[in-house]
Amino acid sequence: MKKTLTALTLALIATVAGAQAKKTITVGVFPDLDSVVKAALPGFQKKFPNIDVKLVVLQYADHHNALTTALATGSGANDVVAVDFGYVARFAEGGGLEDLAKAPYNGLSYKSRFVSYTFPQATFSGKLVAMPTDIGPGTMYYRSDFLAKAGLKPGDLNKSWDAYIENGKKIVAANPGSFLIPDATEVSEIYIRTNIPAGQGLYFDASNKVLVSADNPRFMNACTLAKRVRDAKLDARAGGAFSPEWTTAFQKGNLATEFSGAWLTGHMQNWLAKDFSGKWNVQQLPSGAFASWGGSFYAIPTQSKNKAEAWELIKYLTTDKDQQILAFKTTGAFPALRAAQDAPLFNEGVAYLSNQKARTLWRTAANRIKPLDVNRLDPIASEIWLTQLGSVLDGSKTCQQALTEANTLIARRAR
Amino acid sequence: MQARATIPRERPSIGTRWNNFQRRYAPYIFISPFFILFLAFGLFPILFLAYLSFQEWQPSAGLGTMKFVGLRNYTDNLTDPAFWDALRHTFSLAVMSGVPQHLIAIPLAFAIHMGLRKLQGPLTAVYFVPYITSVVAISVTFFTLFSWQYGAINGLIQALHSLPLIGGLFPAERINWLGEKAFIQPAIALVVVWRFTGWNVVLYLAGLQSIPKDLYEAAAVDGATRAQQFRFITLPLLRPMMFLAITLTLIGNLQLFEEPFILTNGGGGPGQIGTTAVMYMLRTYQSYADAGLAAAMGWLLFVVIAVLTFVNNQVFGRSGLAGRE
Repeated sequence: MKKTLTALTLALIATVAGAQAKKTITVGVFPDLDSVVKAALPGFQKKFPNIDVKLVVLQYADHHNALTTALATGSGANDVVAVDFGYVARFAEGGGLEDLAKAPYNGLSYKSRFVSYTFPQATFSGKLVAMPTDIGPGTMYYRSDFLAKAGLKPGDLNKSWDAYIENGKKIVAANPGSFLIPDATEVSEIYIRTNIPAGQGLYFDASNKVLVSADNPRFMNACTLAKRVRDAKLDARAGGAFSPEWTTAFQKGNLATEFSGAWLTGHMQNWLAKDFSGKWNVQQLPSGAFASWGGSFYAIPTQSKNKAEAWELIKYLTTDKDQQILAFKTTGAFPALRAAQDAPLFNEGVAYLSNQKARTLWRTAANRIKPLDVNRLDPIASEIWLTQLGSVLDGSKTCQQALTEANTLIARRAR
Repeated sequence: MQARATIPRERPSIGTRWNNFQRRYAPYIFISPFFILFLAFGLFPILFLAYLSFQEWQPSAGLGTMKFVGLRNYTDNLTDPAFWDALRHTFSLAVMSGVPQHLIAIPLAFAIHMGLRKLQGPLTAVYFVPYITSVVAISVTFFTLFSWQYGAINGLIQALHSLPLIGGLFPAERINWLGEKAFIQPAIALVVVWRFTGWNVVLYLAGLQSIPKDLYEAAAVDGATRAQQFRFITLPLLRPMMFLAITLTLIGNLQLFEEPFILTNGGGGPGQIGTTAVMYMLRTYQSYADAGLAAAMGWLLFVVIAVLTFVNNQVFGRSGLAGRE
């Protein structure tokens, strides 16, 4: 008797729950995107009361490793996954992520609403594997007090690369113990990303031919420039961004300039260069270069059981102007949606940058950056090229030797 | 043929059958956890890796996209200059960080064993601490010590340089420990030595305690000095323990990963001098998304370690020196 009662009650509860048809979707993100999604949820819940959203937050590397594993084994992925720009190409292979260009998504219909270089970053052989949410348009950060001490104007630093290096020497001379830039390789990294001829990618052309070679002026000049910076003792040899050496140099206020994405401002004011508020400003990169530092995307794994709901959330986070603005207010994630960049907020000054209207510069940069063709072998090519460049910087090879060797080594891989 | 009525055997009761079942199968159930774990986390990955090393596979494309390529992954690795470089750097790091460990640990253990009996417990504990400390914490700490502009080591050298008389012995320029080819391997080796010397001291102390005291007493009566006792009693009788300790060092050092990975920010440092074979394997899998190539690399590394362990066994083990009385 008791048993029957329990069974009845259970059956009743089940029907009541079924009537509401509430669905729960999971969203896998890494910081700071978790704050963005958290801020967006109340509004989303109001619009879609039948969709519950559960956040799964992992650190940057762990998140992408977990996602790789889930895609490899075909199970365990969240319904919506954040993908950093550096991983999009890797996940595009195979059928692990939904093609958002196809019905019912028809993602390509949104293309014109976004900053022009974002969709190509996520499109591979006609498949759109992710939707852009934030971007990292880059500028030059510079210490206005260092420049003043050397009697220079900001324009003296970004007229040309030559001017950057020559006047950089003056800055370092006028400010003992300072460095012009964290690492010499940054100069070459920007240089190879600018003035790329049509039909060419970063390291490979459309027919997979290796472009890294001694007779390619783009790489030759990049190599020579970096070497000049190193030989003039202008760089702090700090390696990549967020290395301990890089962090310490920032915190101690020993850097005169840095090239980075708009998102660096948030780091600087929160922890990286707290004490130097008002001393940092931004301007466009030297020699009319425009480059982007990363960016984030949302994708739907093919294995998801709630694709329709996942798509609703992605649309809400990426194509809704107010959400894109809210994300920018929350973490400084620069909107990939163009409409969001017209908000009055973007014409306001940035307190940390001595109230400079820096956002208008980032907006300009965002709309001037050219799309880059991505190749699956880019990470390998980059590794080989940077290793060879390192040998040039420490004086054990000439640019000619290093680039010839890099060409051979990369060609080995491109089969 | 005539049908004979068989006497129906009495069916054993449920209880009896349960008892029989228990007696027969319970032991297997009790030891099954180990075997289940071993199969899932030991044998399966090894076999899967072997299978994988003959395939071309990008993990994120899903399991269905594997393509059989025969021995190509092996030939690709063996013709890859970067792989040979990584192996070479692994060897030089292994020697640079392996040899000093034992050269320090054996005399140190002997000194503790002979002279500092009372302090043996606490001392052993102190020497053992680096071994049980988180490698990541150690490496990050050393990273900041080695820092070119802001590190304590360069600060100390600078301070010494400014001293009168001996100042000239120290360089005026800061040394870029982790940014120059000449210094990066010694810097990594120093961290590894610091971490494992204590572990070896503990091993050697255990070995020393198994040497009978009366041997030393007899030698002392015969007028042998401490040094002679060490040379003619301690060293020969420590051989089995040396063989064990050296084997462990060999295997561990050829799989060196955490220290170089953190001290070079994962990048391998200038000219990839700090890239070890295991670092390169991880990079091949993670950054280059080539699981087959990485699997083949794992097996090649296994072969290298197996061969060297065998050689070590021939030289040092039972068939070698340790076998001789």
